[in-house]
Amino acid sequence: MKKRPLSFYLLLAFFCLFVLFLYGPMITIFMLSMQGPDGGLTFPMRGFSFYWLGQVFQEQRVGNFIEPFVRSLLLGAAVMAITITASVLASMGFRQRFKGSTVIFYMTIASLIVPSILVSLGIGVVFQVMGWPTNWFTSGLGAHLTWTLPIAFLIMLGIFNRFNPSYEEAARDLGATDPKTFWEIVLPLIAPSLLGVGLLTFTLSYDEFTRTSLVSGQNNTLPLEIFGMTTNVTSPALYALGTLTTVFSASLILIAFFAYNAVVKRQRGQA
Amino acid sequence: MSETWKALKPYALITPQTLVFLMFLVFPILMIGVVSFWEFNGYSMTPAFTLDNYQGILTDVTLKTYLNTFKFLGLTWLATLLIGYPVAYFLAFHVPKLEWQILLFLVCTIPFWTSNIIRMISWVPLLGREGLVNQGLMGIGLTQEPLQFLLFSDFAVVLGMVHLYIIFMIAPIFNSLMRIERSLVTAAEDLGASGFQTFREVILPLSAPGIAIGSIFIVTLIMGEFVTVRLMGGGQSASVGKLIQTQIGSLQYPLAAANAMVLLAVTMLIIISILRVLDIRKEL
Repeated sequence: MKKRPLSFYLLLAFFCLFVLFLYGPMITIFMLSMQGPDGGLTFPMRGFSFYWLGQVFQEQRVGNFIEPFVRSLLLGAAVMAITITASVLASMGFRQRFKGSTVIFYMTIASLIVPSILVSLGIGVVFQVMGWPTNWFTSGLGAHLTWTLPIAFLIMLGIFNRFNPSYEEAARDLGATDPKTFWEIVLPLIAPSLLGVGLLTFTLSYDEFTRTSLVSGQNNTLPLEIFGMTTNVTSPALYALGTLTTVFSASLILIAFFAYNAVVKRQRGQA
Repeated sequence: MSETWKALKPYALITPQTLVFLMFLVFPILMIGVVSFWEFNGYSMTPAFTLDNYQGILTDVTLKTYLNTFKFLGLTWLATLLIGYPVAYFLAFHVPKLEWQILLFLVCTIPFWTSNIIRMISWVPLLGREGLVNQGLMGIGLTQEPLQFLLFSDFAVVLGMVHLYIIFMIAPIFNSLMRIERSLVTAAEDLGASGFQTFREVILPLSAPGIAIGSIFIVTLIMGEFVTVRLMGGGQSASVGKLIQTQIGSLQYPLAAANAMVLLAVTMLIIISILRVLDIRKEL
């Protein structure tokens, strides 16, 4: 094995410390959520059980989590469907030059970097002026799209950059119409990427807080419900909920990553 | 017929996405601008043209709030850069295989996809009065009493922000480091440059656009930030975002709108100054 310079070991140590910084806090709440029934909010752990994880599914004094969870799932699914459709169409539009493409592109970037409180406030003001009630599935949906759509669009641009157009040209030479070319050639080829982008979009929406916080209306999504809990819950049930929802998001990401890898490998095998 | 369709096709394709942005981004922000000139009588707002709202926010309190927000921004920016650069550098130049680079980068990225709220709550058992850090410090006898400044303080706010947003600094820097032609580094070494000289003369200038993009992300994320300030800060901690949120909470929309317009202008100003110093066009 080749000898490595000292800087390698220093940077390796720094990187490990960084990963610890990133994951350390999360690991502590995972541990604390597995305490016995008389556990508290801090160490040392009092006993070991799955009592608090079970508590999450019970009716709570401070509210229940099933309904916000269902809302977040529905909203995530709707955001995912709209984001995928709109971003695939738009990124296909960007494959040829057209007047005004720069403006559209910068508008997308703006959506990503405008301070999120402006999006939230703006949508809130519009609904207020129009006299519409804010709701998680109207104003909340719009707020989520300003966050997920630019990210999905930028990823889709990258995917189409690497896309070989000769397959489409072949289909067209054989007389296929545009829609037929899309459904039979383009879509199957980008399907694994869409799976990944879809799951990323879903988790972004599922965990979104700042943009939704001012425009969700009467009924909370899950992150808003959790935020409300932080002030009045003093039992490890809070940690248990955090553990469950983090494990849920993280597994979606891992599924997205490995599914994408597997599909790409299989396609390469066929080619 | 088919020629017209070919010219119109891109416009048809971008329509849905553009409509979403017009409805939920452009129009709302224009409305903030409009409403910031409306009258507010304590209960409701009426269309008008008045500068009262802007005068109303020209106070010492607002100025102090901005200074405090800049303090959070400066500290968080410095910390994310000083921590993020070595991490990105390690991934790009010291991890041998592409598979390993992607895997380790993924390890850094996963927390970003999980809930911000939960990530902030997780600091409580570590930093609280009876948290692990205080238990440890008192255990080895470094301190007699639990340190109060660890949680619900400005320190905690900056810590929380660095923890939440550092990936936005790491990703662009990692991206620009990965694009550096490795032969340039070899050439510098062959010409007798020391490791530090190679870094200063070759790698750092070539990764500057990545730093610029990361900095822009950090600026826009921190300037409107109110969740971390609310959850991790004590009652005293103030930020522009929190101020706006409080005004919205009491339905003072015109005042909040005026504040938001100033916030937008200040944020744009910072971004423009970053772009004047560092050119990012090569990265786009």
